[in-house]
Amino acid sequence: MTSSLMHEPVPPQKAVKLEVVDMGKRFGGIAALAGVSMRVEAGSVHALLGENGAGKSTLVKCIMGFYTPDTGAVMVNDKEVETDNPRQAHMLGIGMVYQHFTLVPSMTVLENLVMGRSHVPALIDWKKERADLSNFVNSMPFSVPLDLPVASLAAGEKQKAEILKQLYLNVRLLILDEPTSVLTPQEADEILGLVRGMAHAGDITVLIITHKFREVLAYADEVSVLRRGQYVGGGKVADLTVDAMARMMIGEREIAPAAARTEQAPGAICLQVRGLTADDENGDAAVNGVDLDVAAGEIVGIAGVSGNGQSELVEVLAGQRPPTGGAIMVRGDAYHATRTEMLRHKLALLPEEPLHNACVGRMSVAENMAFRNFDQPPFSKGVWLSKSRMRAEARGLIERYRVKTSSPDAAIATLSGGNVQRAVLARELGGDVDVLIAANPVFGLDFAAVADIHGQIVEARNRGAAVLLVSEDLDELLELSDRILVMFDGKIVYETPIAQADRTNIGRSMAGH
Amino acid sequence: MDETSIGWWGVPLAIFAGAIRISTPFLFVSLGEMVTEKSGRINLGLEGTLIMGAMSAYGIAYLTGSPWLGVLVAGLVGTIFGMLHAGICSLPKVNDIAVGIALMLFGTGLAFYLGKPLVQPQAPNLPSFNFGWWSDLQQVQSALKINALFIIGVVLAPVFLWALRNTRWGLILRIVGDSSDAARAMGYSPLAVRLVATAFGGFMAGVGGSFLSLYYPGSWNEGLSSGQGITAVALVIFARWNPMNCLWASLLFGGASALGPALQSVGVTQGYYLFNAAPYVLTLLILILSSSSHRHIAGAPGELSVTR
Repeated sequence: MTSSLMHEPVPPQKAVKLEVVDMGKRFGGIAALAGVSMRVEAGSVHALLGENGAGKSTLVKCIMGFYTPDTGAVMVNDKEVETDNPRQAHMLGIGMVYQHFTLVPSMTVLENLVMGRSHVPALIDWKKERADLSNFVNSMPFSVPLDLPVASLAAGEKQKAEILKQLYLNVRLLILDEPTSVLTPQEADEILGLVRGMAHAGDITVLIITHKFREVLAYADEVSVLRRGQYVGGGKVADLTVDAMARMMIGEREIAPAAARTEQAPGAICLQVRGLTADDENGDAAVNGVDLDVAAGEIVGIAGVSGNGQSELVEVLAGQRPPTGGAIMVRGDAYHATRTEMLRHKLALLPEEPLHNACVGRMSVAENMAFRNFDQPPFSKGVWLSKSRMRAEARGLIERYRVKTSSPDAAIATLSGGNVQRAVLARELGGDVDVLIAANPVFGLDFAAVADIHGQIVEARNRGAAVLLVSEDLDELLELSDRILVMFDGKIVYETPIAQADRTNIGRSMAGH
Repeated sequence: MDETSIGWWGVPLAIFAGAIRISTPFLFVSLGEMVTEKSGRINLGLEGTLIMGAMSAYGIAYLTGSPWLGVLVAGLVGTIFGMLHAGICSLPKVNDIAVGIALMLFGTGLAFYLGKPLVQPQAPNLPSFNFGWWSDLQQVQSALKINALFIIGVVLAPVFLWALRNTRWGLILRIVGDSSDAARAMGYSPLAVRLVATAFGGFMAGVGGSFLSLYYPGSWNEGLSSGQGITAVALVIFARWNPMNCLWASLLFGGASALGPALQSVGVTQGYYLFNAAPYVLTLLILILSSSSHRHIAGAPGELSVTR
């Protein structure tokens, strides 16, 4: 490269080398990044490992030009570069696939790819563009239907379309943010295998943000670990063990050991679902005749790629969505998800996104904790509510469940995600529980909170509760469940007791095979 | 009597003529608002913009003698109102609906204040084309007297549809309206695109207003608009953000509005006010029939606050 290219950057044609030097970024009083330096070799797969909130996303957003770092510099192929916005990063050959897909849902893949280019003609000749893109896609190791709207693609295909778009834009350093969180294990293996192949062929360099050790071990050449905004270690993956990486990630904190499961035979059937059907927002069938039983003292896990009807199933059980057919029984009584029935059957719910689905953000922690029983004695006397009793009760729960809040009167929306989850857990599991329905209960939480919440769920099971656990994280289900069901296209398509559970078979059923 | 010579045939003819005459402001406002809403923002202030457009068009046409100059100035005044809306909405934590209502009241009040001296004088009207020259019947001739703005609007609708699919600007508009995250990731500024889209919506609403004062009814007074601006905003949702549907919806609404006067002209005077409510009843009916309690509105821009 000549120096004149510094003024008019042209995307490089080969994999590039990236270096970050002393990168720092503060948000208000909090240092999200503090002097992070790392090097990503050309043509390698580099994993950026860390817990949620460790600064991984901040780091790559600084590289991409979404944020302006307070200190430090980005170097591409040993030259310092300016990335003030994503467009400039693209010109340098740096592109990113975000965790939340950024293809425009209502537009076709073709429209998305063409509009992603830096120079789009004022008038678009779709015939020519389609021909050009078909040629390009044919030269790639994988393909995506060009004329379907992105919204109608499966998650794996969307992911491929995102990667295809970056490659089409001539990206030579591909950043993938938690690329496998919405994929089946097979899809994840396929996609990571493909990008690794392209990296090792010298076409691209890949930086993967992840918190899954399995992916680091199987696909990454090198790893950098962040903790609380600082670079705490890394190196060649071949030289590191999972234990060593885990220690770097979480530091010297003590993690509560996984709750001991007592060996117990499942009791009587508590929750019965028969031929349940329900529609999604668009009026299309989302739950297509689900049958399942959950016995007292057992955890039944439901696996599946998101969008196969699990959210709708949980919403029906939570009373947030009317079923279109079928029946639900709790201890033999018909159940219509009314408040009275939930109280009578001691049914507890941990929905996903608890702040949105189980809390009123502007009300206080104490009030939110009293949602289940504020209208009963001792909290209510006639038409009057006793705030002081609610506060006293909440203080107890806050202490028992280690909810970090400034006071019981703080608005619950001011709490961190893990503490909102703990507050809801305290409300739902604080009393006696016969049936517990949980959906992605640890999504986005750090190690300590995950261990804590998993412990509480297992403890509820040990006390004899029937637990239905819906999760997109297969590892979580394999760790907690007594039985695993797989949901695909609104139906239960596979069932296995945990002793015979096998990742490959489960993954295959998740993909509908 | 002339009217009775063609008897009940006068009713469909009058509805046809009314559809064209009354629909023109609806057509312009809804096409402009369609562009604004496609960018992910709703501008309820268009009622005020429409009346400001009507007043300024009338004033300019009266002062210069050129109705077309009046139309242009009405459009420019509308553009300023659109930019005002977009500018305020660019500030953090500002709700576009609240700003729209404020601007609706502001525009109406300002137009009445500035338009006081314009109630008396007579300004020149916009031209129209006589497509009914072949007929001897006076009713046919008057029904086929079609104004120039309507023809422009009818041409614009398919052009907009084509532009949304085949031009860079059209696609950028759809990206911004559907996912501002995606737009930002592609390096487009949602706020800038929305500014342009809202300004354009204001321009169209101003032009729509000029039709009221310069063609039909063709004078300036404070009772000029009967909520056409706000109705047109609703028409966009009714039309599912499709420009051709905006045209059909405007025609349907215009035709239904002409039902009362048309029936009156053939001597049906009973329930006159009831027939005048026909467009609203019709809209309600269609909305009820085409809606669903557990379904999102198909085709709605993902960023639009009212459908999110």
